[in-house]
Amino acid sequence: MIVYGVALLSACLILGMLIGEVLGIALDVQANVGGVGIAMLFLVLASNSAKFKSLVDGVSGAGIQFWSAMYIPIVVAMAARQNVVAAFEGGMLAVVAGVAAVVVSFALVPVISKIGASTSVESEQEEIV
Amino acid sequence: MEIFETVFVRNSLIVAFAVVGVTIWLSYFVADKLTNGRIHGSAIAIALGLLAAYFGGRATGGSTGVADITLLGGIGLMGGGMMRDFAIVATAFGVKLGELKKAGMAGVVSIFAGVIVSFIVGAVVAVMYGYTDPVAITTIGAGAVTYIVGPVTGSALGASSDVIALSVAAGLIKSILVMIGTPMIAKTIGLDNPRSAMVFGGLMGTTSGVAAGLAATDPKLVPYGAMTATFYTGVGCLLGPSILFFIVSALV
Repeated sequence: MIVYGVALLSACLILGMLIGEVLGIALDVQANVGGVGIAMLFLVLASNSAKFKSLVDGVSGAGIQFWSAMYIPIVVAMAARQNVVAAFEGGMLAVVAGVAAVVVSFALVPVISKIGASTSVESEQEEIV
Repeated sequence: MEIFETVFVRNSLIVAFAVVGVTIWLSYFVADKLTNGRIHGSAIAIALGLLAAYFGGRATGGSTGVADITLLGGIGLMGGGMMRDFAIVATAFGVKLGELKKAGMAGVVSIFAGVIVSFIVGAVVAVMYGYTDPVAITTIGAGAVTYIVGPVTGSALGASSDVIALSVAAGLIKSILVMIGTPMIAKTIGLDNPRSAMVFGGLMGTTSGVAAGLAATDPKLVPYGAMTATFYTGVGCLLGPSILFFIVSALV
């Protein structure tokens, strides 16, 4: 049944969000801490486990794949409901701060990507030598 | 005309599906025919969405772009947090646990590095523009983290409403730039594997920006980037009004 996959996906999201809210309260933060990320972990665990096989295989899996495929259309709708006007009404300070933060963060991607990866690359090089 | 409005408003989500579908079809057509596939169809669709949001906001004076136009209200539901999070979680279907473990450490480091670096950049810009009050500097720095961390930090510290508005604007600019800029810069920063996608999500942090930016770059990378990005705002709200504010107060 296609709804089994959808229900599993829903259960993962709700459970993740609940844990995220609890984490937020525990840390005294006015935000959900990683709810979506935790939900994704649940789905990864469920889809790799034998116990949930009947909920993720075949037609049930199609219920999850449908929503995964709807991701880009939903993101397009999300873009269309952003407060773009407010972004540009903030003036130069907001533009400079936003742009600078993005540029510096982009530049750090290759640097931090090396963490943990460097050891395996080095050992490969040693083997070649 | 009244009949139109009745039907469109009553079926707003369905209208949104149709409108977004046509937009994406048009975008892929343009990507294919006019740019020979050099620009990804979804990048064009997202850019069109942002452009429409700008005009929607100008026309209505509302804060949710195109969704404030009565006939297109369903876009607000379709593109809202609930559907976005649902679809993001669905992209994790089929992700290998091993990939996540391999890049786990780099992912965690990237979240903290991302929050702190964006905060410093925002705070420095605020100082350059003549702000001397530690509350204002912290709030604007937090806005450069994300447009949620800015107002959360600002209201916790009692910042004035114009400073909070400024922090939201800085966060929105960041989010929009990540949506548009990611596919352009992806090759240069090596954004082509699960590990760098996780680091990217952690460094950028804006869930909307990362979600759209990766969708326009390579949909396969979405779950990895989204996974770390969703922790970023929480970490930002944790550090902003506390440690980062204390450091700014000590320095100013």
